[in-house]
Amino acid sequence: MSPTLRIAFRFLTAKKRAMLMSLSCIILGVGLFIVTQATTSGFEDYFIKTILGTNGAIRIEDKIQETMRTLAAKGATGDSSFMIAQREGRKYVEGIEEPKQVISALKEFDNVAAVSEVLHGPAMMRSSFKGESVRAYGINLEDHLRVSDLRQQIVEGSLEDFRSSPSGALIGKVISERLLLSVGDWFILEASDKTGRQSRRYRVSAIYETGVADIDRSRVYLNMSECRSLLRKPTGASFIQVSLFEKDRAPQDALRIEDVIHYSARSWQEREKSWLEVFRALRFSTAITVSVFILIAGLAMFNTLAMMVMEKTKDIAILRSMGYTRQDISRVFLWQAAIVLVIGTVVGMALGALVTYSVSQVRISIRGIFATDTFIVAWSLWHYVAAVLTAVIMVMVASLVPSRRAARLEPGDVIRGTAQ
Amino acid sequence: MPEISDNIALRCTDIHRYLGQGEGRVHVLRGVSFEAKRGEVYAIVGPSGCGKSTLLYLLGLLDRPDSGEIWINGHLMSNSVDEARTAARGEHIGFVFQFHFLMLEFTALENVMMPMRKLGKLTPAQMVDRAKMLLNDVGLGEKTHRLATQLSGGEQQRVAIARALANQPSIILADEPTGNLDVKNSALVFDLMTRLAKESGQAIILVTHNPEIAGRCDSVRPMRDGLFV
Ligand SMILES: Nc1ncnc2c1ncn2[C@@H]1O[C@H](COP(=O)(O)OP(=O)(O)OP(=O)(O)O)[C@@H](O)[C@H]1O
Ligand SMILES: [Mg+2]
Repeated sequence: MSPTLRIAFRFLTAKKRAMLMSLSCIILGVGLFIVTQATTSGFEDYFIKTILGTNGAIRIEDKIQETMRTLAAKGATGDSSFMIAQREGRKYVEGIEEPKQVISALKEFDNVAAVSEVLHGPAMMRSSFKGESVRAYGINLEDHLRVSDLRQQIVEGSLEDFRSSPSGALIGKVISERLLLSVGDWFILEASDKTGRQSRRYRVSAIYETGVADIDRSRVYLNMSECRSLLRKPTGASFIQVSLFEKDRAPQDALRIEDVIHYSARSWQEREKSWLEVFRALRFSTAITVSVFILIAGLAMFNTLAMMVMEKTKDIAILRSMGYTRQDISRVFLWQAAIVLVIGTVVGMALGALVTYSVSQVRISIRGIFATDTFIVAWSLWHYVAAVLTAVIMVMVASLVPSRRAARLEPGDVIRGTAQ
Repeated sequence: MPEISDNIALRCTDIHRYLGQGEGRVHVLRGVSFEAKRGEVYAIVGPSGCGKSTLLYLLGLLDRPDSGEIWINGHLMSNSVDEARTAARGEHIGFVFQFHFLMLEFTALENVMMPMRKLGKLTPAQMVDRAKMLLNDVGLGEKTHRLATQLSGGEQQRVAIARALANQPSIILADEPTGNLDVKNSALVFDLMTRLAKESGQAIILVTHNPEIAGRCDSVRPMRDGLFV
């Protein structure tokens, strides 16, 4: 053990109470940092998982049609204005006329994991009890299971029934409650277009719950061929849902897809921008709040060390008189901060993990943007790294000043001050 | 003058030192010159406040003179950089402060080992052996593991003397090393110091108010108002 570390250890015991104060501040700061990050990013992650499990990573919708104005701009001016002109002049044609072509083009992208074409349209849903306006969603079940978490979202009934019977339907939990429908019950969907109105009977194969209020209230999944008959759309699709291997690359992939297939492609980040920003702001603001705690830990350490230096001036002079260098002296005090820091961060991480675990056991029921019955936490090494880094930086910066002051003390001055 | 400096451990010439600021500025040392040969014991005597401690701090490189030169083992140290002065303190100088200065959180043994650990020339086991031997020499063989706070004033002073001897420095500067000691222990400490001076050729400079001790030194330098008389 280096002599300075040995001295640091012994000095620590001389000011136990002040050191314990700094220590508990560090423990609390690190622990709280971890817990708040775990919970806020837990909910954020779960929100993202819900987005990906319902509306998918990328949605391809509406054909892009260049207007005459864009074409003119394209010929006349340089690159940048051309881009802007294109955005301004963009027009969309609703729906996808040739889903098969689009799908085969999409499969060429290496980050695309699976695709599912979806047809939807408005309908009235009637049970014997009452009616509600909903949207009928036609899907090919196997495809759609690959781009969503529909299988995991089933809370009653079975997908088998939907798969095997053409008149089967998957309805959301909210609508099932509103129309007093349970698995096996029959209901009527009414759709109308220019040529008139038609209604067909369906049976509840299963009830799903995504937690997203809009979806659970309004989406009725039908088999694709049934949906085509109901909505009288023998060809085409409303949109194509895409799942990706790497979800974080969605915005770049969406841009490339738009370039290649000339359909609008919207990434999950773009679609859910406002909610994601709320989560980010929340995470950021809790990080700031908790960093204040760690800042206090730093100040406590500053205070403790400054007092320590004042109390130990004699010892500093003695050490200097027998050949300890300025650097040795500042190390004696930095070591003390480091020791407290190491204990504080280790215990703080343990505390953070423990509290995070206990919080994850807390029961709360949330519906609206996702469905959960317990508190959601995220286990990420990065929360621990960030907490420790923050603590290390704050505490070390705070200890630098007193330890440098200690190193600057002149032995002669100290001795005269005390020995006259 | 190499042949002279060979025999001279410490030399200072025309040292001036002012203390205090502004109105309270005092000309404490007014041109002190002094030489200490290896193997000799010197006593500096004089009335309280005449500047003995001030001179000793300067010779021990704990303070800087306003003018004048200080040579340690042939090297001019009075204006050298802090690193060189610090290294010289660790290697060549053993200092006993006027008021016992032990590190209170440490045992007697640890206090004596403190300079050795910094110098790092011995193995830990050798350090312990040497520290025990030194404590034995000053009559504290039984109390090596006592914390400094559990020792009497005189005992602390003897630990401080053992500590000053730890690295076998060529120069020992002791500011009233026997001030807190009874007759028996004063004699013990003084005999130890003179024996070391003779055996290992150390230069020993001590400040004392005790005429008997001063009388037994090789040379006595009386001081008055910042000057040797
Ligand atoms: N910081 C200071 N400012 C002004 N004068 C000082 C200061 N420190 C010491 N002095 C003066 O310097 C003089 C020499 O002090 P020093 O401690 O060297 O005396 P001394 O000979 O060791 O005395 P003693 O035998 O009592 O220990 C004294 O007159 C003292 O008052
Ligand atoms: Mg004095």
